[in-house]
Amino acid sequence: MKLKWTSYPYIVWMAIFIIIPLLLILFFSITSGDVFRLGEFQFTLDNFKRFMNPIYLKVLGRSITLALQSTAICFLLGYPMAMIISKAELKKRNAMILLFVVPMWMNFLLRTYAWLTLLGRNGLINYIIKSLGFEPLSLIYNNKAILLGMVYNFLPFMVLPIYSVLIKIDNSLIEAAEDLGASKLEVFTRIILPLSIPGIVSGFTMVFMPAVSTFVISSLLGGGKYMLIGNLVEQQFLWSGDWNFGSAISIVMMIFILISMAIMAKFDEDEKGGGLW
Amino acid sequence: MVNKQLKRLYTFLIFLFLYAPIIILMIFSFNSSKSRGVWTGFTFKWYIELFKNEEVLTALYYTLLVAVLASIISTIIGTFAAIGIHNMTSFKKKVVLNLNYLPVLNPDIVTAVSLMILFRFANIDFGFLTMLLAHITFNIPYVILSILPKLKQLNKHLAEAAMDLGATPFYALRKVIIPEIMPGIVTGALIAFTLSIDDFVISFFTTGPQVTNLSITIYSMARRGINPVINALSTLMFLSVLILLIIINKRTSKDVKHRGDII
Repeated sequence: MKLKWTSYPYIVWMAIFIIIPLLLILFFSITSGDVFRLGEFQFTLDNFKRFMNPIYLKVLGRSITLALQSTAICFLLGYPMAMIISKAELKKRNAMILLFVVPMWMNFLLRTYAWLTLLGRNGLINYIIKSLGFEPLSLIYNNKAILLGMVYNFLPFMVLPIYSVLIKIDNSLIEAAEDLGASKLEVFTRIILPLSIPGIVSGFTMVFMPAVSTFVISSLLGGGKYMLIGNLVEQQFLWSGDWNFGSAISIVMMIFILISMAIMAKFDEDEKGGGLW
Repeated sequence: MVNKQLKRLYTFLIFLFLYAPIIILMIFSFNSSKSRGVWTGFTFKWYIELFKNEEVLTALYYTLLVAVLASIISTIIGTFAAIGIHNMTSFKKKVVLNLNYLPVLNPDIVTAVSLMILFRFANIDFGFLTMLLAHITFNIPYVILSILPKLKQLNKHLAEAAMDLGATPFYALRKVIIPEIMPGIVTGALIAFTLSIDDFVISFFTTGPQVTNLSITIYSMARRGINPVINALSTLMFLSVLILLIIINKRTSKDVKHRGDII
C-alpha cells in the first residue's frame, strides 16, 4: 500500500524546526556583526579562535572530566545493580525496575534541589556530623556536589539499558560454561560482560551526553562558581547576548558528542563482529 | 548466605540514594518553618497556601496545557509520519530516520538555542506559541520511534486484504492499521506527555517572560529559596502518578491472569 504521503507534513515540520535551526547555528558560528540586519555581517572564524582561550578550554576540560567521571561512577554502581535485578524473580524484577523509573516522574530540578537540603551547611548530613561532635563540612558548591548531582540524575540511564541486555542472555550459555569448568569469575569476564557490551555502550552514551551538556546541575549544586560548557552557552545566549560566540560553543559541543558517539558505535560493532566466537 | 545479604544491602543503599531527596522533599512539605533543613513542627498550611498561590498555579496551568496540546499534536503528526516512513524505499527511509534522530541525540541545550535563533529570525514573539512549537518538535521523534516497531510487526497483507474487500486506503488505515498499532501510539503519547511535563532546558530558552512552566518557576525560585508550596505540589503530583501506576499495574496483571484462565 502506498501511504508515503502521510509523512509529508512531518518532513515539512522537520525541515522548518530541525534542519533550518541547526543550519542557523552553523551560520551564526561563522559570522560576526548584526546578523538580523542582512548585509551587515561578515564571515569569520573569530568565534572559534576566541574559544581557544585557556579560560574556555579549561571549562571544556572540566565538563569532559566531570562527564567522564560521572559515567564511570554510574557504570560501577549501575552494573552490579542491573545484575542483581536481572537475577531476581519476575515479580520482584518488575517492581525494582518500576522503582528505578518512578523518581523520574518528580521534577528533576526539584529532586536535585532537594540535595541542598541534605548537603547544605545546616542540612541533615551536617546535622548528624555536628551532633557527633565534628566540624560541619562544606558539601555543596564544589565539583563533588556537581558529580553527585550527575550520578543521581543519570544512574537510571545506565541501569536500564544494561538490565535489558542482561535479561536477554541465554542462560544455557552460562550453564555450558560452568559445565566446561569455568569459574564464576571466568563466566562473568568471558560470557556475561562481553555479551552485555551493547547495553554498556548505550548506557555510556545516555549518561555521558546529558552530563557533558548540562547547565542546570552545575548552577544548582555548583553555586554558579563552577562553570561548565553548558553554562557558557546559556550565558552567551541569555545574558551576554553574543549569539555568534554561543553558537560556536554549541558547535564545539556537538562535535565532541559526535566523536564520542562514533567511538561508542565502533566499540559496539567490533564486539558484534568477532568478540563472541 | 552472606552473599545474599550483601546484595540486599547494596540494593537498599542504591534505592536509598535514589529516594532520599524525594522523601526529604515530602517530609518538608509538612514543615511549619519556611527554611529548609530545620524541622519546626507539622503543618498542612503549605497545601492550603498552594491553592492561593497564583504564581505556582499559573505555572502548573501552562505546564499541563503545553503537555496536553504538545502530546496530542505530536502523536497525530508522529503516527502519520511513522506510517509514511514505514512505506518508504529503504534509502529515503534511512535519510528521514537519521534526521529524525537528530533531536534525540543532540543535547537539549543545542536544540533549545537552535529553536531560539529560529523564532528570533522568524520574528515570532516568545511565549506560549514558541514553547508549544518547541515541545512538539522534540516530542515527535519519540512518538515515531515507539510506533515504528509496531508497524514492523504488522502483517502487511491485512491492509491489502481490507482493500481487496473494497476498503479505501483511508478506511483501511482507520479500521485496520491504526487499531493494530494502538499500543505503540499510546506509549508514544505517554512518553511525549512525560517529556513535556518534565522539560526545563528547551522551555527555558523558548518561552517569553509572561509564560513560565513549573520547571522554570522552580529554577528561578532556587536562587531566592524555594517556596514550600512547591514541595506540597510535587508531593501531590508524585503521589497521584504513583497511585495511577499501581492501578494500571493491578489491572494489567489481572488481565494477564484472566487471559491465562481462558487459555
